[in-house]
Amino acid sequence: MSTPKTPTTKKASGFSRRGFLQSTSAAGAGVALLEQDALAQSGKAMGPGEVPVTLNINGKEMKTSVEPRWTLLDTMRNKLDLTGAKRVCDRGTCGACTVITNGRVVYSCTMLAVDAQGKKIETIESLTAGSKPHPIVPAFVEHDAQQCGYCTPGFVMASKGFLDRNPSPTYDQVKAGLGGNLCRCGTYVGIRQAVLTAAKNLKA
Amino acid sequence: MPEYKWPPMEKRRVVGKRISRLDGIAKSSGKAKYPSDLNRPGTLFGVILTSPHAHAKVKSIDLAAAKAMKGVADIRVVAPAGTEIQWAGAEIAYIAAETEPIARDAMRAIKVDYEVMPHLVREDDLAKAGPRAKAAGEQVTGDPDKAFREADVTVEGSYGIPVLTHCCLEGHGQVVEWKGDKIEYFPSTQNVSGIGGDLARSLSVPVNSVNVKMDYMGGGFGAKFPSDIWGRESALMSKTAGGKPVKLFLDRAQELTIAGVRPSAYAKVKVSAKKDGTITGWQSDSWATGGVGGGGMAPIPYVFTSIPNKRMNHTAVSTNTGGARAWRAPNHPQASFITCAALEDLAAKLKMDPTELFDKNLGYTARADVYRKQIAKAKEMIEWSQHWHQRGEKHKISLVAGSSHLRRGLGMGIATWGGAGHASECRVNVHPDGVVEIEIGSQDIGTGTRTAIAMVVAEMLGLSHTEVKVKLGENIYPPSGASGGSTTIGGVSSSSLKAAANALEKLMEAVAGSLGTTADQLEAVDSTIRVKGNPSKQISWKAACQKLGVKSISETGKNDPKNPGGLNTQGVGGIQMADVTVDIETGVVKVNKIIAVQDCGLVVNPKTAESQVYGAMIMSVCGALMEERIMDEMTGRVMNADMEFYKLAGISDIGEMQVHMDISPEHDKRGVIGLGEPCAIGGVAAIANAVANAIGVRVPTLPVTPDKVLAALYGDKLGRQSLA
Repeated sequence: MSTPKTPTTKKASGFSRRGFLQSTSAAGAGVALLEQDALAQSGKAMGPGEVPVTLNINGKEMKTSVEPRWTLLDTMRNKLDLTGAKRVCDRGTCGACTVITNGRVVYSCTMLAVDAQGKKIETIESLTAGSKPHPIVPAFVEHDAQQCGYCTPGFVMASKGFLDRNPSPTYDQVKAGLGGNLCRCGTYVGIRQAVLTAAKNLKA
Repeated sequence: MPEYKWPPMEKRRVVGKRISRLDGIAKSSGKAKYPSDLNRPGTLFGVILTSPHAHAKVKSIDLAAAKAMKGVADIRVVAPAGTEIQWAGAEIAYIAAETEPIARDAMRAIKVDYEVMPHLVREDDLAKAGPRAKAAGEQVTGDPDKAFREADVTVEGSYGIPVLTHCCLEGHGQVVEWKGDKIEYFPSTQNVSGIGGDLARSLSVPVNSVNVKMDYMGGGFGAKFPSDIWGRESALMSKTAGGKPVKLFLDRAQELTIAGVRPSAYAKVKVSAKKDGTITGWQSDSWATGGVGGGGMAPIPYVFTSIPNKRMNHTAVSTNTGGARAWRAPNHPQASFITCAALEDLAAKLKMDPTELFDKNLGYTARADVYRKQIAKAKEMIEWSQHWHQRGEKHKISLVAGSSHLRRGLGMGIATWGGAGHASECRVNVHPDGVVEIEIGSQDIGTGTRTAIAMVVAEMLGLSHTEVKVKLGENIYPPSGASGGSTTIGGVSSSSLKAAANALEKLMEAVAGSLGTTADQLEAVDSTIRVKGNPSKQISWKAACQKLGVKSISETGKNDPKNPGGLNTQGVGGIQMADVTVDIETGVVKVNKIIAVQDCGLVVNPKTAESQVYGAMIMSVCGALMEERIMDEMTGRVMNADMEFYKLAGISDIGEMQVHMDISPEHDKRGVIGLGEPCAIGGVAAIANAVANAIGVRVPTLPVTPDKVLAALYGDKLGRQSLA
């Protein structure tokens, strides 16, 4: 916010707050229009009551039913007991609800559950599903990149999405690449180091 | 009774080491369950209908349409017809329904008629406050008139710092389940031992009928002590619904509007001094608001409290805005900013280095030696002598290489705090299988309390911090104080040290015979109990515990704030310095570096302690450059009750940061002192002063946003807001 220029390391950084907003507003609107057209042509309208949804989360098909207006975030949290993603800002600003869908870092509060169907959704819970946690998790602990911890799962997922695209980031790229998440306790100093350490450990 | 004291610094094996927080993996993997994460069977979701008007009388409420909606379980009106509403966001009715969207539909279906009344929501221009401004009376020390008459130099300045909100990432709220005569209560709180009683009193039920449980909480910063109306109403809705859990957390707009704010502070200040920089007089006319109740005076002059001649007038302004709550170091950041800004302006007028002016006047503070050393250390860390220049001087140092529009500047800020330990009781259980459990009705609000308690007990028992289990967050455990005012670490470290010492004494009594000696001849080291001076005569921790037979040891320890016995104490100083670059064409301020030198006595865990300081410095960047609750005069509402326009710093906005904890025998011997507040004070002043140093003029009100920088540089007509 105090930096005059948004870093334009698109390829390298993968994700920046401004870039994210631009891409979601343009692409998001397009997708929504297409889906509305398809619905109109098929003559099928969803809702207003609950509709069945099938979500592919962390490699598992999960079925539930929600009203079409439910976000992916609320569906995960309130229906599927996947509560690692947090609801904080209510409106696509803070990144606490970050997940990865089809390889893209997404705020799950900005996507409807019905629209998330058919996508490969990765959540924070996937990082400790194996025998060993994903290297980003212990790196956050090592650098104490957390205090109250409420923003932390979102930061960890944003870091994963960032490192998936840019496995060898510079320090400045880390700062630009994680601009889409906010913390109130003030853990950024540790997070910067954690992401660099995770990048190193992912290669080891 | 064992002797209660911290082991000597050089002999500690756990306390004082850089240890990663024990719940780190749980937090960074999403496994940690916060109150807002709980999904208990049959949960109903609560929402709140709030007033859109800042000042109004409720004329009528029509619930018929809302009550008829499918899935609505209960609606409770808390502001019935006739109620006078005092701020936008005040609660009108609570709704519980099967899902949150249904509850919101019902909320929107409630029809409320208001008689709208005139409001006042802004206090920055005191002249407009009229009868809402109440003078608090004059305080005079010495002879300020004479001091100003005889002064070599006087400076006058106006300074202001607006209302901020806590913006806890986990909103205020709880899950609550009222079944029969028991209430299961899962709040997001800083006050595990006290909040159950608070809820019980609001419901007129026995205190012991409320079970509080909270493993994690998502930020409080001083705003999460009481059970609040939403706690009471959610409990009552649960009762109506036959004991179904009710989950209600404030939405973001409500969190920023009604869950607490930090009061503002504005002041017109006059300071007089001798040519050599010795301050002779202080005069301030200050005003503040923290809502309908007005706002108290920030403690100015800050730190330099013994200035001999002073006149202070303060005016409390009552506004129709959400009420104030404690905010990390209540009133101190405001006081530090106003005082340090005035002193920096004085130094500029005298063409003095402000660090010299501060140094010259340290006799007016309570700890001149501490500050003198800290200022020297801070100057070294930020390379003050290489980079500092006279205010606004456009020589090669202030111009950033290769550009004519970038100006660099340095500034400093000062802090003080108490930080003595709160009342705390802790129980240590040692079981025959060697398991050590620590039970304490405290909470870990993100500071690392859980880890610190484990470290203290492990140190005392000669174990590793991973060999003991900390159980906190429930009011069934021995009571421990709320986490506010930097009182937790002193309280819990002292009570857990005593409990551990008591338990160890019992264990030693049980094994002394088998080692052919008496308990007072034993020591606990490296997971063994051994004879002092004869380490070969030893027994492993596990084997020692087996000698307990079937009976566990269960011992408590207490911290009595009136008699902490040297384990904890209070009174610290801190210095922060900032290095900024300002673009004088755009007005944008970039933080290059901030450093903190902070004393907090004995440091239990430097790793998590430093994290707290880093966090406080980042909060200072937010407070100095970004944060401001913006009230709309027309509608009386908060215009930026969201996280897009209530601005917090992002990861790239904070520059580089360095923390120097004053770890030394001199401070260590004082015992443990709280840290959360003192490090959250001086940074705001440091950044604001660095901007003044860079651009040559004072930006009078915070946050130092680009428009205000340009207004300060090029004229008031460019400014969005100016002091009267």
